[in-house]
Amino acid sequence: MIRVILPQHLRTLAQVGNEVTLAVEGPVTQRSVLDALEARYPMLCGTIRDHLTQKRRPFLRFFACQQDLSLEPPDAPLPDAVASGAEPFLVIGAIAGG
Amino acid sequence: MSTVRVLVGTRKGAFILTSDGQRKRWKVSGPFFTGWEVYHVKGSPADPNRLYASQTSGWFGQIIQRSNDGGKTWETPAGPLTPGPFGIPVGQSNLFAYDTSAETGKPLTTHQWYDDTQHPWEFKRVWHLEPSLTDPDTVYAGVEDAALFRSTNGGKSWQELAGLRGHGTGPNWQPGAGGMGLHTILLDPTNPERIYIAISAAGAFRTDDGGKTWRPINRGLRSNHIPDPDAEIGHCIHRMALHLSRPTTVFMQKHWDVMRTDDAGDSWREVSGNLPTDFGFVIDVHAHEPETIYVVPIKSDSEHFPLGGKLRVYRSRTGGNEWEALTKGLPQRNCYVDVLREAMAVDSLDSCGVYFGTTGGQVYASPDSGDSWSPIVRDLPAVLSVEVQTLP
Repeated sequence: MIRVILPQHLRTLAQVGNEVTLAVEGPVTQRSVLDALEARYPMLCGTIRDHLTQKRRPFLRFFACQQDLSLEPPDAPLPDAVASGAEPFLVIGAIAGG
Repeated sequence: MSTVRVLVGTRKGAFILTSDGQRKRWKVSGPFFTGWEVYHVKGSPADPNRLYASQTSGWFGQIIQRSNDGGKTWETPAGPLTPGPFGIPVGQSNLFAYDTSAETGKPLTTHQWYDDTQHPWEFKRVWHLEPSLTDPDTVYAGVEDAALFRSTNGGKSWQELAGLRGHGTGPNWQPGAGGMGLHTILLDPTNPERIYIAISAAGAFRTDDGGKTWRPINRGLRSNHIPDPDAEIGHCIHRMALHLSRPTTVFMQKHWDVMRTDDAGDSWREVSGNLPTDFGFVIDVHAHEPETIYVVPIKSDSEHFPLGGKLRVYRSRTGGNEWEALTKGLPQRNCYVDVLREAMAVDSLDSCGVYFGTTGGQVYASPDSGDSWSPIVRDLPAVLSVEVQTLP
């Protein structure tokens, strides 16, 4: 199972706890993980990726295994530790003051 | 006894204020959608327990929320996913896709940008939700970048009324400093085919065929910030309002100038009269007196606060031109809040209540048509919108 950690606001929106676990068929990539996430929680559609372009929203980043994977191609394999469930895939909101 | 429900959208969530018909003691519920900007919350006239809310964020985009119990509980009406072309899900309550079909949407690809180049239309947020007067499942959404959408299934999915952007002037629209938002949607209770809308900074438009075709209705507006002050489009309208009994008379708070039309927008005339400044954002009409209107004058477009630090609502009982300052209960010194375009509403009790919210987080109410005011809540986040429901 893939583990995903969402920002607080998206946890509230999806009514989930600190961590979401997902079954992902085929290669474990940003795209396949987010597809599985949105399929299970439709209210998250458009909140992480643009509805139509499927591009990552500008103020969000993707981290895993102490790496910033935000600029990796969406079909690139995620680290083995994410695919095995040893490490979570983190969706992070940019910090902002005020 | 009647009750009043005030729906407040703020920079950091929504709040619902309720009172009996006396309007002296208020219960505050919320925050709902904590931490998100709530641009607008509005109830269905056909089913007052059906509410719609626009929840938006620079981080996470647009969420449409719906309540079927007057705001006690909320849901995202998304429903199950339906795979569309290229695997992109469609039919979702948060998806506002501009019409790019060859038949109706093909020319609608760009609009004027600040540097006079053409810029792609990009959806940013829903500014305004206007439920149908007769059907709780039908609701209109005014969005940034400016376009009008409609849902006929309770907000589950949205379709653009593309005739608005496509009527011809769309490529010449350009944003104001606050973006290019469609913020006013007025439905004519006597003619379901007629809708008025207003866009900052394109102007006012009207359809007489249920949204298929549109035309600009800006004759008589004069705006010195555009090259041709009398241009067909380009006017920065802040808000429009009408009385349900007289839907061909529409009042407007323009960037500068308070205006009115008595022929459904075919021609406008200025009614700023003796206002101390005719800049402002809100305008509304008394529930029972079609010639009684309210504005909150703001000093200028660079100083977004009341003149002299005195928060004053101005009322005209003559449909404009002759205005009186309403001050009882409002701060008359050191007040430097703003009152934004969606942040005024009226109730329909026998003694009409008037309400407005400020960027300082206060919501003021007058139970006597504006003669006296008091804050019904003081310390909310900056108020973006105020709507009122009068419940039996």
